[in-house]
Amino acid sequence: MTTTLDAAGRRALIETAAAAVIARADELTALDQAIGDGDHGLNMKRGFEAVLADLDAIAAKPLPEGLKQIGTTMVMKVGGASGPLYGTLFLQLGKSLAELAPDAVPSRAELAAALKAAIVAVKARGKSEVGQKTLLDVLAPVQAALAGGADAAALTACAHEAAAATVPLKAIRGRASFLGDRSIGHMDPGARSSEILISTLAAIAGGNSGAAA
Amino acid sequence: MNDKVGIVIVSHSPDVAKGAADMVRQMVGNEVPLAFTGGDPGGGLGTSVETILAAIDRAWSEKGVAILVDLGGAETNSEMAIEMLPEDRQGRVVVCNAPIVEGAVMAATEAWGGATLDEVRRTAEELSPA
Repeated sequence: MTTTLDAAGRRALIETAAAAVIARADELTALDQAIGDGDHGLNMKRGFEAVLADLDAIAAKPLPEGLKQIGTTMVMKVGGASGPLYGTLFLQLGKSLAELAPDAVPSRAELAAALKAAIVAVKARGKSEVGQKTLLDVLAPVQAALAGGADAAALTACAHEAAAATVPLKAIRGRASFLGDRSIGHMDPGARSSEILISTLAAIAGGNSGAAA
Repeated sequence: MNDKVGIVIVSHSPDVAKGAADMVRQMVGNEVPLAFTGGDPGGGLGTSVETILAAIDRAWSEKGVAILVDLGGAETNSEMAIEMLPEDRQGRVVVCNAPIVEGAVMAATEAWGGATLDEVRRTAEELSPA
């Protein structure tokens, strides 16, 4: 575990996370075709490609500022409801970590508190709660595990199990809610994209760069 | 021009947005500030915060702007756009909980008569089941 997160470190972190989502765009779109409007993969790819296009500028900023720029980029470029939802997540993470010292690695407590605040913001944005077959169903248990001291492998396992646990849920929010009971039996695409991001970031934090599930 | 509430139509489909706006124009002519937007930033079906912000600007009225939306993402993106407006405008833009076509026509008709933003929204929302 390094004790600083400089521009090169931030660059690698953002680049790896973005690449992991972009690489799974087809899978995310296939999940969304089953219960949504079939654009989640394409939308997330467009958002993270826009982040990569500005990678040097984002990485040069302190982490909180960089996170806010990623959030704004997602809001502007994604297009589907996932734009404002992921945008709000990153914007709030940035706001919550505002006091972070330059190039410092946020502590577990700081990260857990920031993620907690970001989850509250995402709930408000989507008028949604845990248990409604959304990205919150992954973010909330991961936040609890993080706060509880879980290591990188445990966080990855938690995210994986939480995404899988959206399969039997019935969608209450978003386009999938139109399907009612027919949304049951499919994994939520937003839960899966959250799992990809978390497992990728956990792998980096755990020293296995890029070894996402 | 700015004595009437503005109307913004936000659909996932550029064709639906334009079609709804055509129907509004037929009802109220050019006296109500009106703008529409549809499609995601990649040109597919979806909505874009960037183009919603531009549409709010085009339809801007000192009396405020009422937004009519179709499916969920249009609502979420419109709410996000409102939060990104300059502070003095944020309180004067509302998303109406109403069907997009009927809501736009009803809202525009009410706006044409000189109603306040609140009255415009209430009239559009009378179309929604309680």
